[in-house]
Amino acid sequence: MIDKTVPTLEAALAGIADGATVLVGGFGPSGAPNELIDALLAQGARELTIVSNHAGNGDSGLAALLAAGRVRRIVCSFPRHKDSYVFDRLFKAGRIELELVPQGTLAERLRAAGAGVPAFYTPTGYGTALAEGKETRTIDGRPCVLEHALRGDVALVRADRADRWGNLVYRKAARNFGPVMATAARLTIAQVREIVPLGALDPEAIVTPGLYVSRVWQLDAARAAAA
Amino acid sequence: MSAGAARWSREAMAAKVARDIPEGAVVNLGIGMPTLVGAHFGAAREVVLHSENGLVGMGPPAAPGHEDLDLINASRVPVTLLPGGAYFHHADSFAMIRGGHIDYCVLGAFQVSVGGDLANWHTGEPGAIPAVGGAMDLASGARQVYAMMEHLTKAGESKIVESLTYPVTALACVDRIYTDLAVLDVTPRGLRVREVVEGMSIGELRRLTGVPLLKAEASG
Repeated sequence: MIDKTVPTLEAALAGIADGATVLVGGFGPSGAPNELIDALLAQGARELTIVSNHAGNGDSGLAALLAAGRVRRIVCSFPRHKDSYVFDRLFKAGRIELELVPQGTLAERLRAAGAGVPAFYTPTGYGTALAEGKETRTIDGRPCVLEHALRGDVALVRADRADRWGNLVYRKAARNFGPVMATAARLTIAQVREIVPLGALDPEAIVTPGLYVSRVWQLDAARAAAA
Repeated sequence: MSAGAARWSREAMAAKVARDIPEGAVVNLGIGMPTLVGAHFGAAREVVLHSENGLVGMGPPAAPGHEDLDLINASRVPVTLLPGGAYFHHADSFAMIRGGHIDYCVLGAFQVSVGGDLANWHTGEPGAIPAVGGAMDLASGARQVYAMMEHLTKAGESKIVESLTYPVTALACVDRIYTDLAVLDVTPRGLRVREVVEGMSIGELRRLTGVPLLKAEASG
């Protein structure tokens, strides 16, 4: 029997190695897998490369992971925010490496990794500082930049519901990077609001088929067990 | 600018942009001043708003007490979804942008060049933390790019320039510029004035702008 559900956060995060590249879903507060990020902090892996749209806000979630000195490098599109002071301080002190990527190129590099496409040409970024040192080529009269697939060792995503095969559906715009990140990592870990019986998710509406997902942890499992 | 000369307000600029976008268009409004445009389409028109974090058919901001953090726009403001709206993931959202499925994008700007080059993502100041978001994808991918900005810096320098001094967002991407003094089209022959604020001559606009400007073609 296939059962990807795990009972605890410890089990969900088990085995993440030092130096791992971790894809972290979410766009601002929408779809951020906060409990998984907190558990990654507790798990203790170091020298991480984080791939995420942003670089953390306030003192919790990604910002806490950064503040604990666990992150060597971050690949993201929008690190600067009014409350990104943890990242700002580390960046200015030269204690974190930043690879800045246009948001659509970030998403497409992840999609390419999941789809087995090693690199692709895109017009985005041509002629800008973010294309410096990259191969360029004019295709159908349009100058383009060669961008490489971005693969993760681990992906942390938040979805709304899952079943024991790891099929996922999301909620509203919290979907954002979840589906592409789920395809782009060797080990995809999903936190969900609810685990439902196999067959309960409408096959027409499943966004991430379970083959992309390794482990599923239900946010309210602890509370449900206590009830 | 001479004392007392008229300037369009930000709301007046937003109203002009909204007026120029046709019924049925799919539109992405960038962060900052362009977000003002949404309120000027009016309930009678169907203009479909796209937000790059994965929704199309975006409605007005959520009413107080009805905010949902799973339904926000690219500026992280809680919004609503209209009947007919849809959600999709980030790679699809930017495929829509690069793939030419967004009819109009309205972007704020630091500078626009005579050739339509756009600078809007980074001041380039030493020590400034860079953040690009979707600016480069939108500027190079949308079918029509409208830039919205004040005409002059606080120091009185033109933001419309012969060539950019700020870091480039995308080359030759801007189709039209809306400022507080004028509306200008970027054409292969140069910038053409569509409209100028009441009481200002083309000569005065040229003097303030510092680059050649073509007169509007005579029309109704």
